[in-house]
Amino acid sequence: MIDKNSTTLLSIKNLHASINTTEILNGINLTVKSGEIHAIMGLNGSGKSTLAKVLAGHSAYEVTAGTIEFEGKDLLALPPEERARAGLFLGFQYPIEIPGVANTQFLRLAYNTIQAQRGKDELDPLEFDDFVREKMKLLDMKPDFLDRSVNEGFSGGEKKRNEILQMALLEPKLSILDETDSGLDIDALKIVANGVNQIAHKDNAIILVTHYQRLLDHIVPDFVHVMQAGRIVMTGDKKLAMELETRGYDWINADQRLATGVNA
Amino acid sequence: MSNSVTNSNDYLQYLLKSWSAKSASELTGLNQLRASAIDSVGTQKLPNKHDEEWRFTDISPLTRLTYPPSQQQSRLQFSDIDKFCLQNTTNRLVFVDNHYSPDLSNVADSQIQILGNLHSLMSSHASTIESHLGHYAKFDHDIFTALNTAFLHDSALIIVPAKTCITEPIHLLFIASQQEVSSYPRSLVVSGPDSKVTLIEDYVSINQSSYITNTVTEIRLAAHAQVEHIRVQRDSKQAHHLANCAVSLADSSQYQSICVSLGARISRYNLEVQLTGENSNCTIDGLTLISGQQLSDTHTSIDHVKPNCTSRQQHKCIVDGTAHAVFNGKIKVRPQAQQTNSSQSSRNLLLSNTAKVDTKPQLEIFADDVKCAHGATVGQLDSEEIFYLESRGLSKTTARNLLTYAFAADVINRIPVASLKQQLEQIVLNQTQGI
Ligand SMILES: Nc1ncnc2c1ncn2[C@@H]1O[C@H](COP(=O)(O)OP(=O)(O)OP(=O)(O)O)[C@@H](O)[C@H]1O
Ligand SMILES: [Mg+2]
Repeated sequence: MIDKNSTTLLSIKNLHASINTTEILNGINLTVKSGEIHAIMGLNGSGKSTLAKVLAGHSAYEVTAGTIEFEGKDLLALPPEERARAGLFLGFQYPIEIPGVANTQFLRLAYNTIQAQRGKDELDPLEFDDFVREKMKLLDMKPDFLDRSVNEGFSGGEKKRNEILQMALLEPKLSILDETDSGLDIDALKIVANGVNQIAHKDNAIILVTHYQRLLDHIVPDFVHVMQAGRIVMTGDKKLAMELETRGYDWINADQRLATGVNA
Repeated sequence: MSNSVTNSNDYLQYLLKSWSAKSASELTGLNQLRASAIDSVGTQKLPNKHDEEWRFTDISPLTRLTYPPSQQQSRLQFSDIDKFCLQNTTNRLVFVDNHYSPDLSNVADSQIQILGNLHSLMSSHASTIESHLGHYAKFDHDIFTALNTAFLHDSALIIVPAKTCITEPIHLLFIASQQEVSSYPRSLVVSGPDSKVTLIEDYVSINQSSYITNTVTEIRLAAHAQVEHIRVQRDSKQAHHLANCAVSLADSSQYQSICVSLGARISRYNLEVQLTGENSNCTIDGLTLISGQQLSDTHTSIDHVKPNCTSRQQHKCIVDGTAHAVFNGKIKVRPQAQQTNSSQSSRNLLLSNTAKVDTKPQLEIFADDVKCAHGATVGQLDSEEIFYLESRGLSKTTARNLLTYAFAADVINRIPVASLKQQLEQIVLNQTQGI
């Protein structure tokens, strides 16, 4: 929801980033305020996940120009764990499996780290167990996921639910959900979308990276951005997503050329 | 050092002299065994890096450590050793610098088992002792076994009678308290037909001093016996630890070994398992966790002598700093050992660029109808896994520790004694705290 009294959470200016000297982000500008839901769409390989990982602080990417401010602070100066503690959350497109680490142990460790950062009480294993089981109900997850290793042998959809469970536990200010809808069946999509909607409120914000309009039927975005070759080339409201669904991305190129006066 | 000797022969002579000064009449029944071991020491020399079995482990620094045998002097109180004791484990034999300490020991149920210092049980169980001691760990081809046998003194003795199941684990606690001494711990386990026992062989030190521990353990399983053997080496990081363990399995017996090696500047563990009865079965899980300048060498040999036996082995090394881990796993399948089923896996985690591991499977298969699988990997912590954990707020150190722990978990989780398992979990979780 767009709100006049909202504060700016994220401000990205002219962001350039490369990996192994190949430039992937090519001048991104984006402002996200509290209470807002943004969707980022775009063709495969346009740089959506790269943007998400640069925001989370992945060390493989080098930021070559531009700035990112999170609540007015220089995000790029912080290591990944401090970004998380400051309230940034990345739901991964491909959540990694960690054999040998019990999901419950991992979730509690993450939860208590963030709680300590916020000056709040940490939970012991028993207290945490009650707490996490409540949150799992929200996402219709079976309790036996707690005893298994982190994401190990989880189906694609189960991994995505585990990501949203972490989001629900950590209560971030800004969540970037990278294709959380991919791999979800229609029922799961509704459950996850419903979970996200319950977590969303006027003081936090969400960036949804998605290829599909159907997610945006459940989580209605305030802004829709189109990424192409490492830049945001068009921004609109939820109608833009519908247009993309029917027309694809080609027309954007034509519009772009018109707008910039470049001949084909 | 005034007693400095430089070559191997002088060193061995020096050691023997220091021993014969002690009273020789203490172990009348075993004098014969000791005497032959002393003779054998005279014909052997310390291994060096030209010996195939010692290719990676340079033991020559030992010749500069002319540490005399430990004397009985320390008067440790229970409060000194409390931290090493395991909750819910009442069967405990304590040896301080290899001198049996009855005050610190505790035997819960002396009715059903024979448990104590071999020295004092010699008169009542002479024939059992004489027919097993020195029969599995042969000293004629191993200088350290020969030295240990020559210096035979107090020893842990466990005799489990037939059809007896000892539910409480037996904790053999070998404590080093003096510096610049050598001690020669020895253990003998004789488990009768259809018996069952769990044994924890634990080497600890009161302080971080330099000393030498040279241990020999022999375990005999009669038909249908089950022995669970947990070995933890947490000696001082300045110590030298040399160890031999020989296990012999009769028909349908089961031997389970979990060996955790954490301590010592230089350590060497030789484990030799002989499957001498049909349908016997062994599982061996090993974990080496070292850092700094430690060197830890594990040599195992599983000898399939008879048909229809299985062996499963996994060995894991976690190496940090400039430490060096060695694993050599020999599996021998003799011609008559048909239907052998054996697997071996060696997995290694290097936590620094200067850490090193040498791992070598050694298969000697002389039977044709067998299944033998083996594999080895060496790797580092996965940077994507670290990033995933960091992105949830965990510090780099916590993330690395958690992943290191995860690597070790499937060995540690096999330890059936909860209190020991928790102690080891903590040690592994704190391993990379320094980074
Ligand atoms: N390690 C790397 N080395 C070289 N190129 C890379 C590397 N990682 C990403 N890229 C390239 O960067 C571009 C952007 O990738 P990114 O994953 O950000 O795309 P995306 O928009 O998320 O695509 P998708 O919709 O398929 O998830 C791609 O062309 C990709 O091949
Ligand atoms: Mg992507």
